[in-house]
Amino acid sequence: MEQLERPLPAPLAPEAKPYWEGLKQDKLMLPQCKDCGKAHFYPRILCPHCHSRNLTWIEASGRGKLYAFEILHRSFNPAVKTPLPYVLAMIELEEGPRMLSNLINIKPDPALIRCDMPVQVVYSKLNDNFTLPFFQPAKAN
Amino acid sequence: MAQHDFMRELSNTACIVGAAESDEMGILPHKSQMALHLESISNACADAGLKVSDVDGIFTAGAHSPALIAEALGVTPRYVDGTSVGGCSFIIMVEHAIAALHHHLCDVAVITHGESGRSQVGVTRVRDTSIAGCYEIPYGFGAPPTWFGLITTRHMHEYGTTLEQWAQVAVSTRQWAALNPKAMYHDPLTIDQVLKAKMIAYPFTVLNICLVTDAGGAIVLTRADRARDCAKKPVYVRGTGEATEHVSVTQMHGLPLSKATRMSGERAMKMAGVSHGDFDHLMLYDAFTSGPPIMLESMGFAKPGEGVSFFENGKSTPGGSLPINTNGGGLSYTHTGMYGMFPLIEATRQLRGECGARQVPNVKLSLVNGMGGMLSAAGTAVLSNEK
Repeated sequence: MEQLERPLPAPLAPEAKPYWEGLKQDKLMLPQCKDCGKAHFYPRILCPHCHSRNLTWIEASGRGKLYAFEILHRSFNPAVKTPLPYVLAMIELEEGPRMLSNLINIKPDPALIRCDMPVQVVYSKLNDNFTLPFFQPAKAN
Repeated sequence: MAQHDFMRELSNTACIVGAAESDEMGILPHKSQMALHLESISNACADAGLKVSDVDGIFTAGAHSPALIAEALGVTPRYVDGTSVGGCSFIIMVEHAIAALHHHLCDVAVITHGESGRSQVGVTRVRDTSIAGCYEIPYGFGAPPTWFGLITTRHMHEYGTTLEQWAQVAVSTRQWAALNPKAMYHDPLTIDQVLKAKMIAYPFTVLNICLVTDAGGAIVLTRADRARDCAKKPVYVRGTGEATEHVSVTQMHGLPLSKATRMSGERAMKMAGVSHGDFDHLMLYDAFTSGPPIMLESMGFAKPGEGVSFFENGKSTPGGSLPINTNGGGLSYTHTGMYGMFPLIEATRQLRGECGARQVPNVKLSLVNGMGGMLSAAGTAVLSNEK
């Protein structure tokens, strides 16, 4: 696990609190609809699939696939101190929702990074209030 | 009555009668964003043979509200629209304007754009970071190139499109820019130059990404009966469409294709009573080289993965069978940040036959399609010099 300097998430919506609290315990929590059964991300007070307000929270497996990526060679966000180049990633979680993150622990080389490669979550604690989910190539079983 | 029947009623009811850019375009540290708006409105009204005092409908997107534009202009509009869903907002406003004109909510509508996108003169930037600030910015996202490349690598994965093919879009568009005195860049480009240019965010080198400039533009619309009395040949709004799907790319469910673009294009063509093969000129919002091909695929002009073929073998270039982005596009002519005004101006000029060296011969039917955000919103206009 690496310690990264980056802007803290802000501002926070109250409906997302279980997500942020879960991360502090190295858990990836997702809202799930009790009517249609689908999970969603980012957290809302209404299911974007069926518009029900009957929601609960589940712990995601932390597994998914790299849906899409970029390799960033120029910083657009000076508050992120990660040395360039690094990988911007869209992850499709096993539970369905997609989220943005970084793909870490891999050389930032387009010859090595492929869409649909299996990934797994890695947690990185920023400070006592915030832990962020990152993703790395999944270890072979 | 079905939705499309109602929309058919709006077809050809209003015309673009004025179209103009700001006095200058490019890098303008001596000019405020408001000045770019006011120059454009003044120029577009003059182009139409109308007075600024004739304007009673103001439509604009971006940092300045329609109320502020009206105040600065010194008019009291009876209809305003400040819909701001990204760079295609001005194309969407063509639909809003023809509806307002049809119902006599206003008589002379101005859609105006001014953006000191490069020099940031007289600009207050307010960005809504309520969602991105939590889930995207901390990872290094935060500007269009950090998001649009995601759509692009997924497209390459699903359809086998290549960096060389995206580069061809930049090369073709530059050929048009060479013929437009107002374009920022005129020198010819090669695929190799695009591929070897400075890497910004794989898959994009700097030549796959639009310019960042200072400029303004405005168009004036009025009902077809009054349009006949204006200075120039009227350009009929035959069809319009709009849609908005998402803001975050994570919520773009058909990625790499765009649902909003599909809906917008379909509606505009149905309203106009035309189909894909009828067009002889296309203007497609090119913030990135991969944008126009994905729009062609999303709107059904090409099968998924085959949109890039429209840019190959000279098809889209001067003398080609289907010219695309004849002003030189956001890639080589100008791109202020919200580019959607400029393809409307170019389509109007092409349909009037005002384009000199870059004039497309016998152009009758033009399609303008733009995106807001990351293919998040879409606006389409079908324009013609015939009813």
